[in-house]
Amino acid sequence: MIWKPMNITVKLFATFRNGRFKVARQEHPQGTSCRTIMLGLGLSEDEIGVVLVNGRHVPLDQVLHDGDTLALFPLVGGG
Amino acid sequence: MLNVLEYLQKCSAGGLLPWAAQLEAVERLGLSHAAVEEFALANGLLPARYQRNRNMISVAEQLQLFRSRIAVIGCGGLGGYIIEELARLGVGQIVAVDPDKFEEHNLNRQLLSTPANLGRAKVAAALDRVNEVNPAVKLIPVRTFFRAANGRELLQGVTVAVDALDSIACRLELAETCAGMDIPMVHGAIGGWYGHVATQLPGDTTVQSIYRNWVQGEGIEKDLGNPAFTPAVVASLQVAEVCKIVLGRGELLRRRKLSIDLLDMEMHEISYHAPAEVIHFPTREIEHERAAG
Repeated sequence: MIWKPMNITVKLFATFRNGRFKVARQEHPQGTSCRTIMLGLGLSEDEIGVVLVNGRHVPLDQVLHDGDTLALFPLVGGG
Repeated sequence: MLNVLEYLQKCSAGGLLPWAAQLEAVERLGLSHAAVEEFALANGLLPARYQRNRNMISVAEQLQLFRSRIAVIGCGGLGGYIIEELARLGVGQIVAVDPDKFEEHNLNRQLLSTPANLGRAKVAAALDRVNEVNPAVKLIPVRTFFRAANGRELLQGVTVAVDALDSIACRLELAETCAGMDIPMVHGAIGGWYGHVATQLPGDTTVQSIYRNWVQGEGIEKDLGNPAFTPAVVASLQVAEVCKIVLGRGELLRRRKLSIDLLDMEMHEISYHAPAEVIHFPTREIEHERAAG
């Protein structure tokens, strides 16, 4: 079997876009989790508000599949 | 002794009761502004100050608003605008809760703050403002922190609670108190160019879901602060939700969060539907502690 990377669409929102991107297609090895991608973007867990995969809320440890769209929103809590 | 209804009807034209007549009724008949307003509305007369509401809010609905009691938890960026809009909308009672005094760094955005108000309690400024804007509205100032321990007392008899807090921990306590008392809650939060709004009805756990990844600390507002316009946008969306809950109209932001980005001018709706499908994530010890209470 030929090892094939996964194609993941990563969407970033609000301040996560600063110095990064709004949307990007990335290749990751099979078995990559949301957390690995988050850390690869230089983000830390305590900045995370919402993690969506294909529009559904998931834990950061969720393992991604080929063709998934990961969306990350920062935590907002001011008034 | 002049009959109040006859007097108010005599002064009205086309179903509208002018302010001057309301004022005269208060002075000549020794009634409170609130009593005159409720009496007028209950008898099909619309105080003329609400005439531009008339084609979207009926007299009966205006009475429903007048008979509601809305708690505004936090009187800062969001709370200042929320209180202003609720008073102009004609909500009868507003419970305003905040422990703080105005400081100079509030002046860029907090509607109730002025240079003359610096050092003054925010809830005292709220009381003055509401009395000035709409004397028929009763504002109950409560100068304290909202916490789970005093929450039930603060929310006694409240129709809707509006979250204008600046702490995620306190928000979660407000959400739990509202859930325990079957009170709808309109949640709003801001940071820099960004904010979000969601409405939680009794039985929903949207606010808890919104902060399910939170462990401690603040969000992006810690570094970004807040400008003049973001609180006004989010506060207005919150008041529209309050109005709809009281009147039972329209489509609420229920089990969904409207996420607002004023820098890229984008709005995104994030679904919190189908809670059974949400994969829970209490893997960290602190989450277990919180769940265990």
